[in-house]
Amino acid sequence: MSGRAQPLVVGAGPAGIRAAQALVAAGLRPLVVDEAPACGGQIYRQRLVPDGRSAEALYGSEAGKAQALHRDFAALTGHIDYWPQALLWNLRDGEADIAVAGENRRVAYDGLILATGATDRILPIPGWTLPGVFTLGGSQVALKAQGCAIGSRVVFAGTGPLLYLVAWQYMKAGVEVAAVLDAAPFSAKFAMLRGLKLFPAIVLRGMRFVAELKLRGVALHSGVEGLRIEGSREVSGVAWRSGGREHRLACDGVGYGLALRSETQAADLAGCAFRFDQRDRAWLPQRDAAGRTSVPRVYLAGDGAGIFGADAAERAGERAALALCEDRRLPVSLERAARLERELARIDRFRDVLEAAFPFPAHWAGAIAGDTLLCRCEEISAGEARDAIGRYDIVELNRLKAVSRVGMGRCQGRICGGAAAELLATETGQGIEDVGRLRSQAPLKPVPLVLQPAARDRETAA
Amino acid sequence: MPLLHRITRKDHAPIAFTLDGRACEGRAGDTLLTAILSHAGAVRQSEFSGKPRAGFCQMGACQDCWVTLAGGERLRACTTPLAAGMSIVTQAGRAS
Repeated sequence: MSGRAQPLVVGAGPAGIRAAQALVAAGLRPLVVDEAPACGGQIYRQRLVPDGRSAEALYGSEAGKAQALHRDFAALTGHIDYWPQALLWNLRDGEADIAVAGENRRVAYDGLILATGATDRILPIPGWTLPGVFTLGGSQVALKAQGCAIGSRVVFAGTGPLLYLVAWQYMKAGVEVAAVLDAAPFSAKFAMLRGLKLFPAIVLRGMRFVAELKLRGVALHSGVEGLRIEGSREVSGVAWRSGGREHRLACDGVGYGLALRSETQAADLAGCAFRFDQRDRAWLPQRDAAGRTSVPRVYLAGDGAGIFGADAAERAGERAALALCEDRRLPVSLERAARLERELARIDRFRDVLEAAFPFPAHWAGAIAGDTLLCRCEEISAGEARDAIGRYDIVELNRLKAVSRVGMGRCQGRICGGAAAELLATETGQGIEDVGRLRSQAPLKPVPLVLQPAARDRETAA
Repeated sequence: MPLLHRITRKDHAPIAFTLDGRACEGRAGDTLLTAILSHAGAVRQSEFSGKPRAGFCQMGACQDCWVTLAGGERLRACTTPLAAGMSIVTQAGRAS
């Protein structure tokens, strides 16, 4: 490897795994860092210990893909350096700071593939900070990785493909699902018919989830408005409007989410240029079809670069690795690269279908009640944010953060940033693309601050 | 009162820990979040309003589930495996 530093792959989900595999195939030895204790990412997350459930029980129709990824990553042992439970918290001048095993390791890299994934997209609703309310992804993690249900009688609300998948998984696990509340109007689902040509199996699977939920008596409501979660110290129920009526249901757990949002902070620290993506309603790091960013030898793959799903992540991970190899003048199969790009383009068209079937309810942002928390870290209400916007004529998101502290807490705006942008756009009559994006800061997530004892103290102690 | 309900691992090896001084048992394979919420309805109180919080994303993104050990160490509950003997403090003023 002629003394060059090794490539760094951040994330060991479907994109990171396929990227690492392709790098190894090209004769490179990447360093793979991942926050989780085992590979798989969120979608193919592994349990901490076996619990008697089969891969089919855990991953359903995707069991084969999950097992292949876990197996293929295990086969890379000895050919990669792999740091699990490792947090990349800073990137600067070709070096990465990684917190692992209680210490900071600064590593130089030559080629960086960011496969940082996604989390649930949220708009605040009354009661969303109550104990017993989790994201849809979080509800799934509880069930899949921990074998726990988030309640004994659960409601799933929001929109997006995950809404019906998680509800179905809970039902299959024997948990009482009280209702599925979809913000999308029923008519939006006809868009899925357009998806039949592209990916019939995925569309039919979704239809099967809905049919089986219905068959088991789960109440399915669409066109849900005015959604609120009730309770004082924990969830006691949900209320909403649909079909021209007010509804109320008792429950002790709520899974909530409005599809997904990309984790882009690492790309920001790497210096990547961003562009606004209308479909995701978010500023995303620029990339070409191969995954190259505006920064030489920095590549993106998977949902962290825009929401495309796990099947796309596998292909984008491999494609980005091929790009890295090409840029290092290593031989790569251009035929394979072209094929991956064609498959990604097809998935991209399907994403348009999904977005039409599960549209983001942007109008909810204008309706967030004044006393509903917008920023759950700093406990800033929507009303306080609106006051700041009005009083200081704020038109840009970082200014709103500086004045109101929205997005300044421990999550660094991961959870509230998108909602704050929607609120600011609504309040000022601007387009969502015109309010800017939160600048990312190191450390990307909280890191332990350990002060070494001074030399004099050490002598005293000894 | 417990927020999470176990479906699997009910008979896995017990792991002893304390929650606000109370002796509790988790199971092998638990995260701290699972261990706490199998016994309680919250993992902490908001430092601003004092309202209970119990995590949100369960994947290390939202930072809602940081908990404090009796010794003062702070841990993110959803990404930390439960270890025997952990002494967790969820309520202000309960630290011994």
